[in-house]
Amino acid sequence: MTPANIAGMAMIKGLQAVALTDHNTARNCPAFLKHCEAYGLIGLPGMELTTSEEVHVVCLFARLDKALAFDEYVHEHLIKVPNRKEYFGEQIIRDENDDPIGEEPYFLPNATDISFDDVYDLLKGFDGFMIPAHLDKTSTSLISNLGFVPPDSRFKCFELHKMENLHRLRKANPYLEKCKVICDSDAHYLENIHEAEFKLLVEEVTPEGIIEALGQGM
Amino acid sequence: MTVQELIDSDMFEVVNEGSDTDRDISKVFCCDLLSIAMGKGIADAAWVTVMGNINTLAVMSLTDMACIILAEGARMDDPGMAKARQQGFTILRTDEPIFDAGLKIHERIQ
Repeated sequence: MTPANIAGMAMIKGLQAVALTDHNTARNCPAFLKHCEAYGLIGLPGMELTTSEEVHVVCLFARLDKALAFDEYVHEHLIKVPNRKEYFGEQIIRDENDDPIGEEPYFLPNATDISFDDVYDLLKGFDGFMIPAHLDKTSTSLISNLGFVPPDSRFKCFELHKMENLHRLRKANPYLEKCKVICDSDAHYLENIHEAEFKLLVEEVTPEGIIEALGQGM
Repeated sequence: MTVQELIDSDMFEVVNEGSDTDRDISKVFCCDLLSIAMGKGIADAAWVTVMGNINTLAVMSLTDMACIILAEGARMDDPGMAKARQQGFTILRTDEPIFDAGLKIHERIQ
């Protein structure tokens, strides 16, 4: 998966908007957004943050500079363990020609020291939008790791791995009734990028418009 | 005690026998956050955990732990099972709590 290939595959699949959300980094977003523009896609920069509880939270931004500023913050707070390529693969940063311009030496999906409770306010400071990830998964999800939605939560949108789990999850966690739900590829391989199945109604077909719509709740 | 001896003790249910059962178990290791296990996992340990997923196996391999015991009735998910079979990892399970399971093993290897 390279920035160009992801954007290209998204276009082939007929998707309109695509977000790049690498684990704990947004450093491939500059190249990614250039390719989205070339393909006529709406590209959103972001990342999938790992909290100290090992809960995954998708973080989306309307602006690249904000995403990159958040990337710097997260990098400072990453619990640094050297990456072992033979187990976890390479962590390459690429430019708009898909040429490697850097490599991250520390294992990116590792936990940060940022607690789930702090994510909402932290992201607000970077104009970011939080979406607790794949709540229906049996690991690295808010529900699997904490067992419940913290009562003082403020997120307005959550992500499911499989939309068929929506009813069961909402029933077990009433907080989720007032949230918007999304289901996306979470693709770690090109072939897992979804067909254009799901629609989001937006006022404005821009990154801002998308984030605004996701933040509307139910 | 070797992994094979632990299997033969019938203390735990065998989920996947694994292919490296002659190895010795040095210690019990208990941890349920991968980020900690990655740095603190002990070579040749029997790892008692509730985390039944493919990432657990990667960390087990990386830290060279002898086997995994899933406690509290935890189950290995499908991708994890596929990986365990493919790589020959020994996975056992029990409905007992983590401490109790760990203690049983600890007492046997003294």
